[in-house]
Amino acid sequence: MLLAVLSGFIVASFVPFLGKLLRGKWSFLLTALPLCLFLYFLNFIPQVSANKAALISYEWVPSMGINFNFLVDGLSLLFALMITGIGTLVFLYTSAYMKGDRYLDRFYGYLCIFMGAMLGMVLSDNIFTLFIFWELTSISSFFLIGYNNENSDSRKSALVSLAITGLGGFFLLGAFALIGNISGTYSINEMIGSADALKGNGLYPVIIAFLFIGAFSKSAQYPLHFWLPGAMKAPTPVSTYLHSATMVKAGIYLLARFTPVLGNVPAWNNTLMIFGGFTMFYAAFHSIFKRDLKEVLAYSTISALGMLVFLIGLGTPDALLAATVFIIVHALYKASLFLITGIIDHETGTRDLAKLSGLRKVMMPVAVAGALAMLSNSGIPPSFGFVGKDLIYASTLGSELGAALVTGVAVITNILLLYSSILAGIRPFAGPLPDAYKTVHLPDWRMWVPPLLLGVGSLLLGVFPGLIEGGIVGPALLSIDPTAPAFHLQLWHGFNVVLALSAATIGGGLLLYLLFKPSVGQPAWVAGLSASSPKNIAGYLSRKFRELAHLWTSLSQNGYLRIYVLVIISFLTVLLAYKSFTEVKFYVELSKVSPLTSAEMVVMFILAAAVIYVVYTPSRLAAVAAMGVIGYCICLIFVFYSAPDLAMTQFAIDTLTVILFVLVLYRLPKYIHYSNWLIRIRDGVISLFFGTLITILGLEVLNEPTSKETTHFFAENSYALAKGKNVVNVILVDFRGVDTMIEITVLTIAAMGVFALLKLQLNKYDQEL
Amino acid sequence: MKHLTFRTAASFLLPLLLLFSVFILLRGHYLPGGGFVGGIIASIAFVLHAFAFGLGQTRKLLRIRPMGLMPVGLALAVFAAVLPLFQGLPLLTGLWLSKPIPVIGLVGNALLFDLGVYIVVLGVALTIIFSISEAV
Repeated sequence: MLLAVLSGFIVASFVPFLGKLLRGKWSFLLTALPLCLFLYFLNFIPQVSANKAALISYEWVPSMGINFNFLVDGLSLLFALMITGIGTLVFLYTSAYMKGDRYLDRFYGYLCIFMGAMLGMVLSDNIFTLFIFWELTSISSFFLIGYNNENSDSRKSALVSLAITGLGGFFLLGAFALIGNISGTYSINEMIGSADALKGNGLYPVIIAFLFIGAFSKSAQYPLHFWLPGAMKAPTPVSTYLHSATMVKAGIYLLARFTPVLGNVPAWNNTLMIFGGFTMFYAAFHSIFKRDLKEVLAYSTISALGMLVFLIGLGTPDALLAATVFIIVHALYKASLFLITGIIDHETGTRDLAKLSGLRKVMMPVAVAGALAMLSNSGIPPSFGFVGKDLIYASTLGSELGAALVTGVAVITNILLLYSSILAGIRPFAGPLPDAYKTVHLPDWRMWVPPLLLGVGSLLLGVFPGLIEGGIVGPALLSIDPTAPAFHLQLWHGFNVVLALSAATIGGGLLLYLLFKPSVGQPAWVAGLSASSPKNIAGYLSRKFRELAHLWTSLSQNGYLRIYVLVIISFLTVLLAYKSFTEVKFYVELSKVSPLTSAEMVVMFILAAAVIYVVYTPSRLAAVAAMGVIGYCICLIFVFYSAPDLAMTQFAIDTLTVILFVLVLYRLPKYIHYSNWLIRIRDGVISLFFGTLITILGLEVLNEPTSKETTHFFAENSYALAKGKNVVNVILVDFRGVDTMIEITVLTIAAMGVFALLKLQLNKYDQEL
Repeated sequence: MKHLTFRTAASFLLPLLLLFSVFILLRGHYLPGGGFVGGIIASIAFVLHAFAFGLGQTRKLLRIRPMGLMPVGLALAVFAAVLPLFQGLPLLTGLWLSKPIPVIGLVGNALLFDLGVYIVVLGVALTIIFSISEAV
């Protein structure tokens, strides 16, 4: 199991070495990975449909309760099958779609990482492993959106989506930490036991707010939805896989997963219904004004996600069943539509709805796939979409609060979605074929077979919904709502209100399509709305943030070393002054102070003289030499107080520093008075303050009762354990060897930094910038 | 800085200081000294030489670029640190030869570790100083 989840990462790590092979015609071989995983997960169906979840544990960081606990129950199996199944088709499709791309190997690497992360996320029972995989999906999505990294729009979209989903992830971590603390376990399965404690806790509103922000950011709910249309800058296989079928459903998965733990509380249900309901209407409304095929699909995806959130919010067994079925329905038809869009874009070079028409004459199988997907999207019988839509209406009619209102919103949304499905699935293929596209031909079979398969799948499941009823949908529903009653999926329910609503939806959608043409374009008032859209507000905020950061940086990081030192020292001074005024008693016990010897007196005198000389000398070299004298005096003091190791090192370092200074200063021009008396006074005052505070600190240390424990430990054990008599050195190389290890590594990095700074040869292009 | 006295002194000082730095490194386990100080002293030796004869001469004498010393030292230190793992002991456990070697004394992986520190410090100091003196 661990291998299954990590196989994506393992394969990805080998991809760079197989680059040449994968960029060539062997790229489709990678399809074997998701296919094998798909078959592997199919094996779990008998076990899961018998309602026996499989829990497979591997220890990772047991001391912190973070382990790879993989739980295969109905819900995670549903998602795992979706991820690997659609993954198989997308991998196959990619090998033809991206044929000859320069970085195809890299692209496959990202896809593999994403698939592994997504599998890990849906299978993790431990909330912190879930969180890690959750973040990994965001990161792989960032790389995939920004795949065309020479395009500034791509880069910007990638950044926006990373910022939004990353923000969500941050809140999610907060929610998880709170949940873990209150329930006392990191296992979701065990949390169900402490569901009441969680719901009764005073922090419950905070938990669900954080959880919602996390889920909404990932699943593109209003007002965090705007990254998704931007994410469509990615190559089409990515839009298909990440941004419609799987990753954006991560938020839905999260909500479904936590329904038995946190759900069935008014705050939970109502919030989800409001946000989901608004999102599904808002996005469906926007989708009909778009002229770019991918944008139409992006907004209808957001709308579908809103629908799912809304259904989970309804929370009745009926609604949860509808949500489970709709997840499958949507994955099938939306992936199909995206793949078709990819084919159209690939063959004709445009996604503009105004230009496309009549393509059925040149690519019939694709047109068939489009029609099938549109049928399912619109919920026209006998597609699986019809089954899903029936369930949705049945659950909205059964809603306790305002059945009429929620049903009304659902119907209007579905009418709008039907319109956009016609736009995406039928319109490019209908009508006369323009001359420009006469030469367009059917692409490689690896491209048109996947969408056709998905379309046929939608139809097949519509006619025989029993195929997945007991094996997949049933167990999935039970893991969302363990008390859900038995159900039976069927296409035909007889003549009733639900059927009438379905008919009204289809009729309304077709009527709207006939009356309203997309060429009319966006009305002015819709454009006006977008001025206050969340996207613009977020854009404004991030611009302001950047300006603030720029201002702050130019204030505090202005490149003058003397200013840095000044800031650091003044800050320390203020901190120390505050601390000493509040806590230090200014009391020195004279009996503890050892008497001053004549040697010390001499050293002190030299020290003071050297300091004064440094401040007043007009020559740089002399100042450096005097600094060396100060260093040596300090060495002597170390020697007096029996710290020969310290003295030795200080001596060597001081020598080296002086040499270094001389080396540099020797070449500099003569001393120039560039500081006026005001600056000098300022520096003097700060130095005096700082020196005084350090002195106080030093005296204060004397007053602290010293603990001899560690001293004794090292003195006793350095020879016994490490066979060394020099305690300082034994500490360095043995007791605290890892510290030394890291210190020398840091030294190396610093040296490389100096080397890079001084030896870096800027080429012409950089110099011009 | 090409004064005759200085040059003569420097040519004698280089081997003496290097010898001294190794002495400091070896005695570290029992008496004041160790890899860090040893490395610094060794680098002072080379820097003095560079002062007297010019950087080019010193580089020729060194043969390898000081940058190259850093990974060697790090590798040595890591090797010394993980050596106990092969015997099933925790990281950085002290391992010692049963009999002392003449002149050097008792040898263990701590000395190897210290040697790594010595080489890294030498490499770092020389890299920084050489880069700076070539840049100005």
